[in-house]
Amino acid sequence: MPDVTITVDGKKVTAPAGTLLIEACKSAGIEVPAFCYYPGLSVQGACRMCLVRIEKMPKLQTACTVPITDGMVVTSDSPEVAQARKATVEILLGNHPLDCPVCDAGGECELQDMTFRYGAAESQYMESKGHKEEQQWSPVVFFDRPRCILCYRCVRVCGEGMDVWALGVQNRGVTSLIAPNKQDHLECEECGMCIDICPVGALTSGAYRYKTRPWEMTHVGTICTHCGDGCKTTLGVRRSKGGMEIVRGDNRDKSGINGDFLCIKGRYAFDFSNADDRITQPLIRRDGKLAPVSWEQAIDHVASRFKQIRDSQGGKAIGVIGSNRTTNEENYLLQKFARSVLGTNNIDHHRTADYPAFAKAVAGKQNITATLRETMTAPAVLLIGNDPTEQHPLLAWNLRTNLRIRNGHIYIVNSGEIKLRRQARAYARVPEDGGESLMVRYLAGEDGVAGKLESGDLSRDALRDFRDKVKAEQGLVVIFGSELRGDDITRLVQWGAKQGAKFICLGDYSNSRGAADMGLYPDLLPGFTSLSNGAAFGHEYGAAMPQQPGMDIVRMFDAAKSGRLGALYVVGSNPVARYNIDPFALKNTFVVVQDMFLTETATTAEIVLPTANAYEKSGSYTNTFGDLQLLKKAGDLAGVRTDFELIVRIADRMGVDVRKLVPFGKGVRADMGQSRGAQSGEADRHAVWLAARNLEPKLSPFDPEALLDEIQRLVPGYNFSRLNLFAGADVHTLAPEHSSVSQAASPESIVPANDSLFTSGTLGRYSNVLNSVIENRRAPAEAEIPAD
Amino acid sequence: MKTLYTPTPLVSHPDEVRVISKRFGQGAQDIDRYIQLDGYKAARKALEMQPDDIINEVKVSGLRGRGGAGFATGMKWSFIPKQSEAPKYILVNGDESEPATCKDRLIVEYDPHSVIEGVIIAGLAVGAKLGFIYLRGEYRYLLEILERCVADAYKKGFLGTNIFGSGREFNILTHTGAGAYEVGEESALMESLEGKRGLPRLKPPFPAIKGLYGGPTVINNVETIATVPPIILNGGKWYVAFGPNEKNGGTRLTCLTGHFNKPGVYELPLGYPGNKMIYDVGGGIPNGRSLKALVPGGSSTFLLTREEAESATMDYDWFAKRGEFLGSGGVVAIDDQTCMVKVALRIMQFYQHESCGWCIPCREGTDWLKKTLIRFHAGAGQKKDIDQMLYLANNMAGRTFCALGDAAAFPTISIVKKWRNEFEEHLDGRQCPFERSTERELALA
Amino acid sequence: MQFSPELEQRFQKLVAQYPWKRSALIPLLLYAQDEVGYLSDEVISDIARRVDLTELEVRNVISYYSLLRTKPAGKYVVQVCTNISCMLRGAEEVFDRCREKLGVDHKEITRDGTFSLEEVECIGACSWAPAIQVNYDFHLNVTPQKIDAILDQYSNKTKQ
Repeated sequence: MPDVTITVDGKKVTAPAGTLLIEACKSAGIEVPAFCYYPGLSVQGACRMCLVRIEKMPKLQTACTVPITDGMVVTSDSPEVAQARKATVEILLGNHPLDCPVCDAGGECELQDMTFRYGAAESQYMESKGHKEEQQWSPVVFFDRPRCILCYRCVRVCGEGMDVWALGVQNRGVTSLIAPNKQDHLECEECGMCIDICPVGALTSGAYRYKTRPWEMTHVGTICTHCGDGCKTTLGVRRSKGGMEIVRGDNRDKSGINGDFLCIKGRYAFDFSNADDRITQPLIRRDGKLAPVSWEQAIDHVASRFKQIRDSQGGKAIGVIGSNRTTNEENYLLQKFARSVLGTNNIDHHRTADYPAFAKAVAGKQNITATLRETMTAPAVLLIGNDPTEQHPLLAWNLRTNLRIRNGHIYIVNSGEIKLRRQARAYARVPEDGGESLMVRYLAGEDGVAGKLESGDLSRDALRDFRDKVKAEQGLVVIFGSELRGDDITRLVQWGAKQGAKFICLGDYSNSRGAADMGLYPDLLPGFTSLSNGAAFGHEYGAAMPQQPGMDIVRMFDAAKSGRLGALYVVGSNPVARYNIDPFALKNTFVVVQDMFLTETATTAEIVLPTANAYEKSGSYTNTFGDLQLLKKAGDLAGVRTDFELIVRIADRMGVDVRKLVPFGKGVRADMGQSRGAQSGEADRHAVWLAARNLEPKLSPFDPEALLDEIQRLVPGYNFSRLNLFAGADVHTLAPEHSSVSQAASPESIVPANDSLFTSGTLGRYSNVLNSVIENRRAPAEAEIPAD
Repeated sequence: MKTLYTPTPLVSHPDEVRVISKRFGQGAQDIDRYIQLDGYKAARKALEMQPDDIINEVKVSGLRGRGGAGFATGMKWSFIPKQSEAPKYILVNGDESEPATCKDRLIVEYDPHSVIEGVIIAGLAVGAKLGFIYLRGEYRYLLEILERCVADAYKKGFLGTNIFGSGREFNILTHTGAGAYEVGEESALMESLEGKRGLPRLKPPFPAIKGLYGGPTVINNVETIATVPPIILNGGKWYVAFGPNEKNGGTRLTCLTGHFNKPGVYELPLGYPGNKMIYDVGGGIPNGRSLKALVPGGSSTFLLTREEAESATMDYDWFAKRGEFLGSGGVVAIDDQTCMVKVALRIMQFYQHESCGWCIPCREGTDWLKKTLIRFHAGAGQKKDIDQMLYLANNMAGRTFCALGDAAAFPTISIVKKWRNEFEEHLDGRQCPFERSTERELALA
Repeated sequence: MQFSPELEQRFQKLVAQYPWKRSALIPLLLYAQDEVGYLSDEVISDIARRVDLTELEVRNVISYYSLLRTKPAGKYVVQVCTNISCMLRGAEEVFDRCREKLGVDHKEITRDGTFSLEEVECIGACSWAPAIQVNYDFHLNVTPQKIDAILDQYSNKTKQ
């Protein structure tokens, strides 16, 4: 559309013809108020708040429904317009319960703001207000009908946005109300988007309601610690006995990679962090039982045993298992510690996707990986395997939005009837156990496999049609799940690269891609660097690096069983449950576990060190798309330490020069944090304090940013703009493109999490909200509950 | 469920000009009788005409929408694009729900084939092959009559794939509503016919461009469409001559209701004098009382005082000059022993009940006006309420999503302004000077 | 859900006749209500399936239209119009007579289930006011005195 120029309040505004007037005004910094209008959702014209005067039109017009045309002259701010808006607010307040002092939305309410702006606070009516009891629609959604102003935002975000359609409008006229099908309970995905989008306090969060007031919290925008999409969630924290308690998660500021979106986990499942069964002091095994011990003793004990086992049996007798949920800096530090201090390549993590095979397939290519944002704008997307609605809810949102707003073409290959097929231009239902792999062969031109793909739903013609359509697409993004591994991925990339496609490899946890990028592999250094290419790392670390590939996770437990593993250091992972290990196998191994909870793995340990979770620390995460984002410390719990701090402290007690491990404060003599008192999180907070004042932050040995600096220098593909990152944006990293993987090993240790919308590995087990929703819906058998 | 059918009483007056009501009471439900009475001649004639000529004939006739809005019918038809990928449709609005309006029911009851014939002609004019006749749900007996007549027309080959042996196709579906005044608004009517809540649509796009099922759609009132066959048969010039000028052509069914000695539906030419309509055709006001107020065309219109009503000319221009509306043909006489607060209340009760609830000013405004009027009529009003009602109504008028907000505001504004004294007489706890507010009314609050 | 063969036949015709299936929804609901008496959960889910809609969508539509109901009513629904034209000619007295005669108020059902009473908005019989509707039957120019005979007609029908 060509640009046109209109005049608003005497100001020239230029925007493409057809832009809605309300958006054109916004682009010029003129805010036209509206309750029902919401960008990206269908236009309603219902609230009449955005009335403006347009020259040559007899009546006031709604700015949300009028597309601009050249030469339009608009008055958005005049006594007439203000009076019309004031009258609308007045009439709304007539029935609106003025319970603002206790309403959750008080202070964050658009109706309150409009009342303030238009001075409509004088009550004009004598009649009593209609009262209706509040309804609980689900464990997480409450509805207070009299507060509802019927803007229909919730109805639209649930239907158009989520494709759930759980909310509708019942009755008509003044008795109209928003209601779910069964009138009093929701059948939905419990995303809570209806709550975020509600301009008033009609929809409130079961987790937050009546707990506190918005201004009593500090609001910290950080990255969700659940799935691999990496949504921004804004955590509301307030002081509590144990530190800083997280009271609320929401997405009100919309500034994250997730735009409007947030799912149940990002919104409510922070509550694992407040769980009563968090460990808050180090534990040591005495007489077969885990008993509290001081930090000094615990760390001394770990350091001396690690040192002793390393010195007596060599690094190969020590295994290290990292985490899919700790930060990049922690994972990087862990592998550096393992390789340069413990002297071992026995390092691995719970793998949920074949990232090494992906890295091998895309190595050396340019513009070959897509960002998460691109999934919303790509003209065409081919999704092979996975069920994003359950496993990557933001990706699913992006694909739906892509179709709805940009008419993007979505192609689906899946062995199940996944919900996203409803958005598909073409959907190929392939056989279970290997159908996706066959389809890759078919796409790549192996017509011979068509016979195995054909079924009642999928004729040979339909197959051919599917392939032809996909082949004709420009700007294709190919997304695949863990159904594809090894050579399938190579084949897929070879095929797609010919038509300029970009690729996305889906893994399951919040930082599983980061764990892979940071070298938590027995045969790969950070950046998927093969051991033989690791000279730069060895040089920087100033230590002899082990040259032979180490043991993967499965082999480490085999070694433990046969008595060859002297020590096992598990950081933020629960392999005993995930790989179904008999705890007895670890009886001769010195096991150290850093975790929040006494997991199946922690209960086998000799030492358990209580740790902070991702909401309680700073650092960075790389989502499964390769987009790097910063975590910000929100919560705080007395008695726990970050994994970062613990690794540094253990190394320190082992006699390591900490400056080599964490290149902090190079050449600067200053306060290193410790002098401020070594309470939990203090050093970390200090770093944040410094950063906030634009001071050099790399002054603490516990400062992750000091290590981020090294990561940027050494990890191929991580040479991104730090300016953008620190400004709060997501930056795309390119480790797979820069990889030097010669062979992707151990595909058998890939165990997909198979999380649903309502599970989240071990964390999910400690989330009351997730469990309460599961109880209401489809409680999985105990064995199905995945763990990480 | 069997529906009882007792013919609706008919009236007559020498001043009537019978164009639409020509066949009333002549057994024209029967298709053969209808044909005897010149039926389906116009459709045959239209088949020989060019579409533009049909539209032009309607333009010349000065026919305007008889549902109440009064939009020029020929103009409306000419907005339909000649070429369209989406099928075009004719939709007849028989959701007659405007209080005081009861004319469409007589047409469907006494001359149903004229509606069918009108739809066929409209279809030929704009190139549609399918027409819908939507009747309000309460008119079940009319739906039964109409279904029989449509079936008869199919049997005769007047509808179907080869109408009148012309090789051309036209089909009609009848459809029932289920009780909603708002559905009389043309875009809400389409929503309802599509099986949805009867909410109005955003305009543009207008129905002529994107209407029913996304296709270009002509929407006409029953009376409008039934007027088409005589226009085609006798010519637009013949029809327009019944009215005072080309913008106020022809005749219309006028429903005299309320305090008339001789209520009933009369076909009067446009431009008929108000005083003759009241005292001559309507027989004046019963019980020796005099006229206090007149609703000129359905309860959505501005009410007239006695003086205004007696000097009125019943055509579009007279009302337009005053910034008011001729409306739907539903005339209500209100005598001098009637409480105007109560009239305002009863009218508002209707709009409050029928507001679709979509937009804030109408949904909340009608409710507050109703509540205030109930309290006021019960004697608990305050002086500031009078201005507050005006303020509220003025803030609804022109500000709502569709015209229902205007429809609720206009009568209120006119009543409060013209009979303010009656409101003042209810102040200070005084009882209604005309009657006591009933318990039932208070229960409504 | 089992409907009568006639209704089943009508349903199939309705669902097939419109350009979009959904158009059949309101007639389906009204005819089903005529036969069943009201729109039960069972009727709603049956009709939702016929027109490929969710139950929620069907409920949203039902609750919009004043003739549709999701609760049982009397066998004969007595609807008294009290809108302006009828009111001016004594509709309120007619309604009061109905209340007395039936012993029920607005939206209530008589104990024997024969009648329910409703005060309704304009039914398009304004020139023959006051008017009432019993189910779909119109009774024009009624008076409080005529009400007894009209209602007796219906209660006698039930007795037969």
